[in-house]
Parts: sequence; structure tokens; C-alpha cells
Amino acid sequence: MYRTGVEKWEKAFIGLCLFAVLVPLAMLFVLLADVVMDGAGRLTWSFLTSLPSRKAELAGIKPALVGSIYLIGLTGAFAVPVGIGAAIYLEEYGGDNWLTRLIEVNIANLAGVPSIIYGLLGLEIFVRFANFGQSLMSGALTLALLILPIIIVASREALATVPNGLREGCYALGSTKWQAIRQVVVPMALPGMLTGSILAISRAIGETAPLIAIGALTYVTFLPDGPMSPFTALPIQIFNWVSRPQPEFVINAAAGIMVLMAILLMFNALAIYLRQKYQRRS
Amino acid sequence: MPLRQSPIDNPQFSVSGLKAWYGKTLVLKGIEMQIPTGGVTAIIGPSGCGKSTFIRCLNRMHEIVPGARVEGSIVLEGQDINHPNVDPARLRRKVGMVFQKPNPFPTMTIRENVLAGLRLTKTSSKSNDAQIVERALRQAALWDEVKDELNKLGSGLSGGQQQRLCIARALAVDPDVILMDEPCSALDPIATARIEDLIHSLRENYTIVIVTHNMQQAARVSDRTAFFLMGELIEFNDTDSIFTKPTKQQTDEYITGKFG
Ligand SMILES: Nc1ncnc2c1ncn2[C@@H]1O[C@H](COP(=O)(O)OP(=O)(O)OP(=O)(O)O)[C@@H](O)[C@H]1O
Ligand SMILES: [Mg+2]
Repeated sequence: MYRTGVEKWEKAFIGLCLFAVLVPLAMLFVLLADVVMDGAGRLTWSFLTSLPSRKAELAGIKPALVGSIYLIGLTGAFAVPVGIGAAIYLEEYGGDNWLTRLIEVNIANLAGVPSIIYGLLGLEIFVRFANFGQSLMSGALTLALLILPIIIVASREALATVPNGLREGCYALGSTKWQAIRQVVVPMALPGMLTGSILAISRAIGETAPLIAIGALTYVTFLPDGPMSPFTALPIQIFNWVSRPQPEFVINAAAGIMVLMAILLMFNALAIYLRQKYQRRS
Repeated sequence: MPLRQSPIDNPQFSVSGLKAWYGKTLVLKGIEMQIPTGGVTAIIGPSGCGKSTFIRCLNRMHEIVPGARVEGSIVLEGQDINHPNVDPARLRRKVGMVFQKPNPFPTMTIRENVLAGLRLTKTSSKSNDAQIVERALRQAALWDEVKDELNKLGSGLSGGQQQRLCIARALAVDPDVILMDEPCSALDPIATARIEDLIHSLRENYTIVIVTHNMQQAARVSDRTAFFLMGELIEFNDTDSIFTKPTKQQTDEYITGKFG
């Protein structure tokens, strides 16, 4: 009947949580506003379509933008099929023995390994051992390794949400395990697997450290002409510009960050769209 | 002591010495049972007595559960279905199954759901798909309700309609036997009545084995009733006899509601 005073603490706690959410959001907003104020004036069509230059006003991001697009395309082409395939194997065929458990634990841990380590691994394996050099191929394979665990974990979660009753429904109709997986289980899990893959790829877009580790170039005045071509990418171009002393280049960097953010937002929007579109079904 | 049944002519299934395990737990303790061809056989018994396990042995769905195992023989058309040469997938096309919870495939339309068995196993011929869909839906008493929306998702139907869609899906692969595990327990009384009518119309052409918790339902739909208790078949007889003059004391106690 009488208030006990507990609600007061509840309210205080909720207020504290709200504060904890608002502080980083506000900081992010200030950061973005700062970038936009610096870079908006520089973000012109010629900025997107020019080659880098020693003169800040003439410099553009064309090779970095094209390099990033190629890099991401290749990374996705390597990582998505392998990641989804591995997830299907682990989730549907793996069984419950010590080997699959060992693999599971390792994959979960790999998702948390710092990206520079992947860069060093890529340098050893792809650049030197496989002799792909400092090429798009080496970069894409390195980034593919980096995002593979994320794709596997997300895809397994998507597969795990498919009710077992549907698999049994398939078997009861005389289907084999593979037929059930291909025609019922994977179509149901696909939106989740794609969402996970897109988010993983969007993480790769912003990665800089592993690309620096494998020796991606920082000053490139040509477009890549194939997977074995040397390349640069947006985050590297940005990194290069911010490390110059002249303030004009820092403005270029801000404009470059806006482009990178726009691409990231597009990918995230796509992931959200896919999730919304298929959520109602089930 | 296992129940002995005198041999019958032309049984659909001859089950003998059937034991089933989950891991180390023995849940069917040597079932002897001859299920006649045609008509409806109901299986009743208290929760956990092994009814579901038993019918899942009849189409080898039991072995899908990790660690599950069977022993003994189940003869269908002169062939022990557990023989290593028997392909469980082909067996399951002969012995279809309808589950407790309606499980239409959510990514498929009504038409695709009906054809799912054929498409999954790549035995659909496209040319007579339309006939198969119509025939199966008519048999499942669903045609009139869905004939104008065959291209809508099956998951948009009501629970009772979904269950009839699952029955249509099972019928479309042209089985001889249909196993039903408490097919009405997730449905309201009206939807239940429709499924019972449907079972009645199918009894002419198929052998139906239905597990039910509902004794009135067993009495309404079945020709014969088997009473299971703790992994054993206690009594198996004409439904009338089971419900009016059971020969075993446990059966009597169960049907009069003294336990279960
Ligand atoms: N997947 C499983 N793993 C382990 N034990 C199981 C499994 N399924 C069933 N059992 C056990 O086997 C016994 C028989 O189960 P079953 O499902 O066949 O009973 P049932 O007669 O169908 O019961 P209900 O009326 O509740 O559906 C039960 O003791 C149950 O706990
Ligand atoms: Mg059951």
C-alpha cells in the first residue's frame, strides 16, 4: 500500500543507464560533426574521381575508393562461401565430439584476435609464402581470414534458429539430410547468414592495421588492373593524409572519412533492410 | 510378459521384440504387435509411456535422435525395415508422418508445401504438379479454403489449416501408411473435428496409426486401440472392446481415469 522507496532507486538506476548511453552517443556525434565541418567543403565530384597528388587541393581518392571496392568484393567472394559452408558443416553435420567442440572454442576465440595479428599472418602466408606480393589478392585473403570467424558464428546462430521440427518434416517426406539442408534449412537461415556476412564485410572495410602489415601502398596513382595488382584502400589513404603535417591534407582526410562512413552506413542499412524484410516470415 | 497376439492375415506392420533406447535408457521393452492393413489404429497411454517413440520406429525417425537405437524386427511388405539394405528415405515415402505441432515449411507457398516431398526428393515431374496439388488438398479437405491462394505462404494459414496442409503434404508423396503423433493437440475443438472427419475419410485408402491423449478421440476415430504403459504394450484390440470390456486391469484403470 505504501511506497517503500525502492522505486526511487529504480529510477536512479535507469537514469544512470540512460546517462551511460548518452555520453558515448554524444561523443560520437561531436566527432562526426567535427569531421563533417572539416570535410564537407572538400567533398566534390572531382575529389572522388581524382588521383592523389602532392598538392592537397588537387588530390582525390579514386585509387583508394576503387581499391576498397575491389578489396571488399574479393574478400566477400572468399569469406562468405567458406564461412557459410563451415557453419553448415559445424551446425548440421559436426555432431557433438571433442573435435567439433575444439573447433568451436577456437573459432569463438579467433573472432577476438587483434587484427594486426591477422595482418602479420597474411604477410607470412600470402605475401611471402604464396608469393602473391603486396597485391589485392593478399589483402583480400588476409581480410577474409579476419572476418571468417564472425561469418561462421553469425551463420551458425542463424542455422540454430531453424526449428528442428522442420528438419524432421523433411525427413518424414523422404528427403536426405542434404536435401533438407539445401531446400528448407538454408533458405530459412539465409537472411540471418547474409546479415551476418554483410556486417562482417563492413568491418573489413574499415580495417587498416592488417593492410599496413601486409604492406599495402600509401601513395598510388593508378587503378588496380587485376587481383595481383598493388593497391591502396580508403582507410590507408585516410591514414596517410592525417599523418601529413599540412592542415589541407587533414581536410582531405576528413572528406575521405565521410566517404568511408557513407559506405559503412550503406552496408549497415542493407543488413537492417534484409533483417526487416525477412523477419515477418517464420 | 509381452502380449502375444495370434497371427493375422496381411498385416501392414509385424512388430516383434521391438526395443528402443535413448542413449542408455530403454523406453520400449520388447513390443509384439501386428498392425492390420487399412483402417485406423489408435495408440493410447499415459505421458512418457513410449507412444511417440513407437510410431517413430515405424518409419525409422527414431534413429535421427543422437544416441537413439532399436533392436528387434518390424516387417513391412515382407521386409524388415531395419535391414541395412533398406533406405530410410524411401521407407519414409511409403510411411508418412504428421507431427504434433503443424510444421509447414515457412519459406514455401501453399503449393510448394504440398509439392515439397516431391521437390525435395527430385521426383516431381512438373507436368502433373497441378493435379497432384489439387488431389492432395482435396483429400486433406483444404482445397476449397485455399484454392485461390495457392501462392501465398503456408505459414499464413490458421493452425488447423496448417495441420491439414501438412496432411496434404504427406499424402502428395503417395504413401501407404500415415503416422500421426497427436495431430490435434495444438488445435481448437472445431479444427480437431475437421481433422477427425479427415482421418475418417482417409481410413478407406490408407493405414493410419494415430497417437492420442484423448480417449474420446480414440473412440471416435479408430477401429482398433493399443494401450501402452511404461514401454510395454498392455492390450491391443477392437476399439469397442478396449473401451467397453478391457481384459487387463491396467487398461481398465487407465480408461476409467484412475491414473494417467
Ligand atoms: N529425445 C529424447 N532423449 C531422451 N529421452 C527421450 C527422448 N524422447 C523421449 N524420451 C524419453 O522416452 C520416454 C518415452 O517418450 P515418448 O516421447 O515416446 O513418450 P510418449 O508416450 O509419446 O509421451 P507423451 O504422451 O508425453 O508424448 C520418456 O520417458 C521420455 O522421457
Ligand atoms: Mg508423444
